[in-house]
Amino acid sequence: MKTTLLAAGLSTIALTALADTPVLTVLTYDSFTSEWGPGPAIEAAFEATCACDLRFVPAGDGAALLARIQLEGAASDADIVLGLDTSLTAAAAATGLFVPHGVTASTTLPVDFDDPLFLPFDWGWFAFVHDRTKLPDAPKSFDDLAASDLKIVIQDPRSSTPGLGLLLWVKAAHGDRAADIWGALADNIVTVTPGWSEAYGLFLEGEADMVMSYTTSPAYHLLAEGDDTKAAALFDEGHYMQVEVAGKLAGTDQPALADQFLAFMLTDAFQSAIPQTNWMYPVVTPAAGLPDGFDSFRPAKSLLLSPDEAQSARDAALAEWQAALAR
Amino acid sequence: MASRARPLGLVAPALAVLLLALVIAPLAAVAARGAGLSLGPADWAAVRFTLVQAVLSALLSTLLAIPVARALARRRFAGRGLLITLMGAPFLLPAVVAVLGLLAIFGRAGLLNSGLAALGLPAFPIFGLQGVLLAHVFLNLPLAVRMILQGWLSIPAERIRLAQSLGFGPAETFRHLEAPMLREVLPGIGLVVLIICLTSFAVVLTLGGGPRATTIELAIYQAVRFDFDLARAAGLAGVQVLICAAAAGAAWALVRPAGFGAGLDRETALPAPGGWRRVADAFVLASATLFLLAPVAAVALRGVPGLAELPPSVLPAAGRSVLVALASAALTTVAALTLVLAAANRPRPLVEAAATLPLATSGLVLGTGLFLIVQPFVPPMTVALPVTILVNTALTLPFLFRILLPEVLVLRADYGRLADSLGLTGWPLLRWLVLPRLARPLGFGAGIAAALSMGDLGAIALFAGERQATLPLVVQQLTGAYRLEAASAASLILVTLSFALFWACDAGGRRAAA
Repeated sequence: MKTTLLAAGLSTIALTALADTPVLTVLTYDSFTSEWGPGPAIEAAFEATCACDLRFVPAGDGAALLARIQLEGAASDADIVLGLDTSLTAAAAATGLFVPHGVTASTTLPVDFDDPLFLPFDWGWFAFVHDRTKLPDAPKSFDDLAASDLKIVIQDPRSSTPGLGLLLWVKAAHGDRAADIWGALADNIVTVTPGWSEAYGLFLEGEADMVMSYTTSPAYHLLAEGDDTKAAALFDEGHYMQVEVAGKLAGTDQPALADQFLAFMLTDAFQSAIPQTNWMYPVVTPAAGLPDGFDSFRPAKSLLLSPDEAQSARDAALAEWQAALAR
Repeated sequence: MASRARPLGLVAPALAVLLLALVIAPLAAVAARGAGLSLGPADWAAVRFTLVQAVLSALLSTLLAIPVARALARRRFAGRGLLITLMGAPFLLPAVVAVLGLLAIFGRAGLLNSGLAALGLPAFPIFGLQGVLLAHVFLNLPLAVRMILQGWLSIPAERIRLAQSLGFGPAETFRHLEAPMLREVLPGIGLVVLIICLTSFAVVLTLGGGPRATTIELAIYQAVRFDFDLARAAGLAGVQVLICAAAAGAAWALVRPAGFGAGLDRETALPAPGGWRRVADAFVLASATLFLLAPVAAVALRGVPGLAELPPSVLPAAGRSVLVALASAALTTVAALTLVLAAANRPRPLVEAAATLPLATSGLVLGTGLFLIVQPFVPPMTVALPVTILVNTALTLPFLFRILLPEVLVLRADYGRLADSLGLTGWPLLRWLVLPRLARPLGFGAGIAAALSMGDLGAIALFAGERQATLPLVVQQLTGAYRLEAASAASLILVTLSFALFWACDAGGRRAAA
C-alpha cells in the first residue's frame, strides 16, 4: 500500500515538473530502448531539436508491440509505435489505429517499399550464421542445408519475429515446395527456441553449427569483439528481409511533434545510430558511410512478401511447419 | 487454538478471496475482450503434451528426492549444512540461465557428451522430452528434497528411540515411521512440482526440440501475441487452472496425517544403518550433488569473464530487484502464515484453493488481465513496482503455504489443546508457540519467496517503464543486444543475490529454531 502511494506521489511530482514541456511517447521494443540500443543516442539528438521530452516505452518484442497497441486501443498514451515489421503491419493496419505518415523519401531498401501508414527506419536480411573456421563450406541453399547433416537452431514462429521471418522466407522462396523443405530440414533442427537471443546463445555455446539470424550478425562480432570468424551463409534462392517500421497513432495528442519525429527518423542523427546499436541496415546511408562488415555478406537476391501476402500466407505456412516438424 | 483464532478467522477468508480475485479477475478481463471460445485440435494436443511432461516431471522429481532426503536426514558429515543449502540453488535459477547451465554439462558440446565421445560411446541427445524432464528434475529436485527433509526432521526423537528400543530394522522403521511421514508430505510436494511444470515455458520450448513439445503456455503466447485472440487465450488459461484445481483435489484426497504426536524436541538421531546402506547413501548424495551443482558451477564460470564489462546500470537495477524481493517475501510470509493457520483449524476448500491456484495462472494472461484492469485508471507504467510485488506475492505464496501446512497441522495436533487450556490467543500465541516452532519452515519459505521474486519477469513485462529496469530485464536487454558475455555476468549477479537472500532467510530461520 505504501509503495502504491509512493509510486502515485512520485508520478504526480514527475508529471507536474514536466507539465509545460510537451511529451512525445514512442512505444517500441525492449532492445531499442536499452542503453545498448539506439534509444539513448536518438533521444538526446531529437530532444536537442524539439524542445520536448521524448519518452521510449518498452513493450517486449515486436510481436508484443502489436498485442500492446491492440490491448490499449484508442486509449493509448503512445503517439508513435516504432519497431513493427512487415509480417505484422497488415494486422496493425487492420486495427484502424494508425494514420498516414505523409512522408515520401528514397531509401536504401533493395526492394520497392511504399506504405502510406508505416515508414521504414531500418532493415536487414535473415540468414544462417556460422563459424567459418568450423564450417568452411557453408550450404548455398535450403536444399543444400537439408541434404547436409549440419545442426541448426531456429526460433518458434509463434513467439518470435525472426521465427516468423524464416517461415515466410521458405514460403517466399519455394512456394508449394515449402512443406517438403521443412520435412527435409526436420532432422537438421536441433531445437526451436522462444526467441532470437536463446537461439543465438545456443549457437555460441556450440549446440548447433548454424543459427537463424541476420547477415549483419557477423559484423557485431567483428566490430564489438574483433572476432572475424563468424559468417553468414548466402543462399542462391535469395534472402527474406525484415523491414522495421514506425507508424503514427490516430489517437496522438501531439500530432505535430509526431510528424516531426517521423521526419527526424530519416535524418543522419537517427540513421547513423542504427548500424552499431541495432545491428541492422539504416534506410538512409549515414554521411560517414556504413561500418566495416556491413558489406561482407550481401545477398544477390532479396525476397519480401507484401504485408497482405505475408498475413494471408502465415496461417497455412504455420500449419505446414507444425505438421512437418511434429512428424 | 481452534476457537481462539477469531481475528485470523476474519482476515484469512478476506485474503483468500483477494487471491482468488487476483487469479480470476485478470482471466475474466481477458475473456471479456474476446468473443466466443474455440479450442482447436492443436490446442488439445498442447494440453495433452503439457499434462504428460508435467506428470512425468513431478513423479521423477518427487521419487528421486526421497533417497536424497533420507540420506541427508540420517547421515552426519562435515559440510552437511552447507551442502543442504547449496543443493537448493538450482530451484532459484531463472529458467533460461538453468538451461544454459545444463547445456554446459549435458549439451551437444557439453562435458558429458565430450566424455562419452572420448570413450567411443553414443551421445546423449538433450533436445526432446528427455531434456525437458532432465531440466525439470534439475530445477525441482532441490525443492522436493528440502520439503521431504523437513518431514524427516519433524519425526519426534521419542518415536525414533521407541523404534530403536523395539529393535526395528530399516524395513520396520520405514513402515512405521517413514512411510506415514511420506504419505503426509509427498502429495503436497508432487502437486507443487506438477503445477510448476504445467506452466513451464522457456525450458520446455528451448529443450523440447520443436513443435511436438508445444505447451499450453506457448499456445497462450501465440493466441495473445500473434493472433490477438483473447478469448482463446482465456480459454486455454482456464483449462490450465482447471487441471491445476483437479490436481490439487487429488493431492488433498491423498494426504493422510502421520499422527506421531508431540515430542520433547530432543536432537533427532535417525538410525544410520551401516554396511551396504552406508555405501548406497554415499552414492546417492554424491550423484545428487554432482547432478545439481555441476550446472550451477558452469553458470558461475560462464559469468565471471563478463563481470568487467558490466554497465553501471546493473547496480540500481540490482537494488530495485532486491527491494522488490524483500517486500514480496515479507508480504508473502505474513499472508501465507495467516492462510495456513486458518486452513489448519478445519478443512477450508476456499483457503486451500486460494493458496494453490495462483501457481496455475498463465503469467501472460495474468499480466495482460491486470493491464486491462489498471489501464483505465492510471498509466500502467507508474504502478510497475507495486504490481510486480503483488504478482510476486501471489505467485510465491503457494510454495510457502505448502511448506507450512504440514508443520502447522502437526503443531495444532500436538499443542492445540495446551494452547487452548492456557488461553493463548493472538500475539502471545504467535510469539510463544507459532513463531518459535515454525521458525525453520518460515525461514526456508521466506527465502524461497525472496529468491523467486528476484527472478520473476514474465507477468509484468507489460508494465515495464522507461527507467525502472530490474535485474532480469537488464539480463534480457543484454542478450537482445548480442552481449551474451555481459548477460551471463548479470545472470551470475542475479543468481548470487537470489541465493544470498535465500541463504540469509533460511539460516535465520534455522538459527531461530535452534
